[in-house]
Amino acid sequence: MKFLNEEVAKQLEGIFNGMKDDVTVALFTREEDCETCEDTKDFLTELTSAAPRLSLEILDLDKDSDKAEEFGVTMAPSLVLLDKDKTYQRIKFNGVPSGHEINSFISSVMEVSGNAQELPKEIMERIEKIQKPVNIKVFVTLACPHCPGAVEKAHKLALENPNIQADMIEAQTFYDMSEEYNVSSVPKIVINDEFEFVGNQPLEVFLDEIEKTQVA
Amino acid sequence: MEVNLNLGSNPGKDKPKMNPETTYDLIVLGGGPAGLNTALYAKRKGLQVGVIARDIGGQVMDTSSVENYLGFTSLSGEELMKKFVGHVNELEVPVLEYEELESVNVKDNSNIREVVLKNGQRFNTYSVVIATGSKPRKLGVPGEKEYSGKGVCYCAICDGPLFAGEEVIVAGGGNSAVEAAIDLAKISKKVTIVHRSQFRADQILIDQLSRLDNVEVKLQTQILEVEGDKFMTGVRVADRESGEEYIVEGAGLFVEIGYLPNSEMFSNLLSLNERNEIVVDRYGKTSVDGIYAAGDVTDTPYKQIIMSAGDGAKCALAVNDYLNTINK
Repeated sequence: MKFLNEEVAKQLEGIFNGMKDDVTVALFTREEDCETCEDTKDFLTELTSAAPRLSLEILDLDKDSDKAEEFGVTMAPSLVLLDKDKTYQRIKFNGVPSGHEINSFISSVMEVSGNAQELPKEIMERIEKIQKPVNIKVFVTLACPHCPGAVEKAHKLALENPNIQADMIEAQTFYDMSEEYNVSSVPKIVINDEFEFVGNQPLEVFLDEIEKTQVA
Repeated sequence: MEVNLNLGSNPGKDKPKMNPETTYDLIVLGGGPAGLNTALYAKRKGLQVGVIARDIGGQVMDTSSVENYLGFTSLSGEELMKKFVGHVNELEVPVLEYEELESVNVKDNSNIREVVLKNGQRFNTYSVVIATGSKPRKLGVPGEKEYSGKGVCYCAICDGPLFAGEEVIVAGGGNSAVEAAIDLAKISKKVTIVHRSQFRADQILIDQLSRLDNVEVKLQTQILEVEGDKFMTGVRVADRESGEEYIVEGAGLFVEIGYLPNSEMFSNLLSLNERNEIVVDRYGKTSVDGIYAAGDVTDTPYKQIIMSAGDGAKCALAVNDYLNTINK
């Protein structure tokens, strides 16, 4: 074990035992120009070995370009979660989900495995009304304790409505992109590259911003 | 690469859940040191207790290093909270996490207090300990809001990495400010710490700070405005003695000037002081029977982890005495 000590590995095993169905982590790496790909690969190999229901599929951004396109993957390292039928669930982690992001990773794996959290009725009604495509980007740093909460919410929204897709973006790994999106506080949430806010805000705030993209 | 598992993660066994049908002896609002220690003491007294919290760990989680908690020479805020949470988890206290509080009410003039969540859920209880803590105080100067998220930050541990190799400013003169400056000095090119009066931080931290050669200290200096273009580029400050105004350049401003209590949802029910802190007596009791408060949200002086924990213990014991006096 390179990244997880025995105690954490045991804890993770216990958590992942709560998975209902199998989940596949499809990890896209690239041979060149990717400082963190190797470590991400090793980290996820360790992580998935702690969970019998979790398997890892390693793909290459260039060689497996058809898959990358299918899942909308454009960067490396980037990982998507596939359900038991290997269906893309519209949620991505760009950058390694270590540090505090292990928690959003766990939460999203649980959701995709069928151990889903129930949302209040009023929230669900609002989510179901979203009909135009929505892209949510959540910029994080791995040292940020508030960030996984925002990633979990974005991913949950995507899981509940096929018109929504949600990406975690680790701001240090994808430095240029975070510059482009003017990220200087995390979590920073950008919706359809147009509306944005900072902080692990309640789902209502996510929906307030998302609904702005739905007007004709 | 390391992993920081959530403190609430308690694998291997089914986590006890809060039950809306139960009338609790005590519901604790908040998952920081005050709330957790309340829960610990209450559970040991045999009370039926549950915790409702926005996040477990509270503000301590944003603290990179704690060096003044008795028994621990130095550890991160997160490590300390892990120990607290682990201790409470041993006692199987039900915890409802990630919930926002709407209000606390006195139910029909009875002994029952009602806790209402933003999501509409309601819980009945004979007593409540409010330990909702505090949030970062803002400077209240022009440009602060405008450049929030464009350079102005309130969580050094979260946003510090985004300013690697850049010049940053820290506002404040207490322990949080000095600790933030020490941390930021490791990754940024230069740190300027600006404070309107003298340092309030512990001498041991000030000594550490003064040994760093990329830190500049400006005391008796008031921040007047955050300036910038698309991003902030610096702050305009005034020397409080000479009155001279000038610009301190920086791509980031970390505001560490203290905290404001999370008490707004109680303002109709409880007495608050002029700083909006909940007024409590020496038993932690608020202006309403059966409702107690502990830690940073109260008017108790000196906000410290150990004081919050102590407050929690006191409230749990006071609640235990109170419950013996009412008809359940």
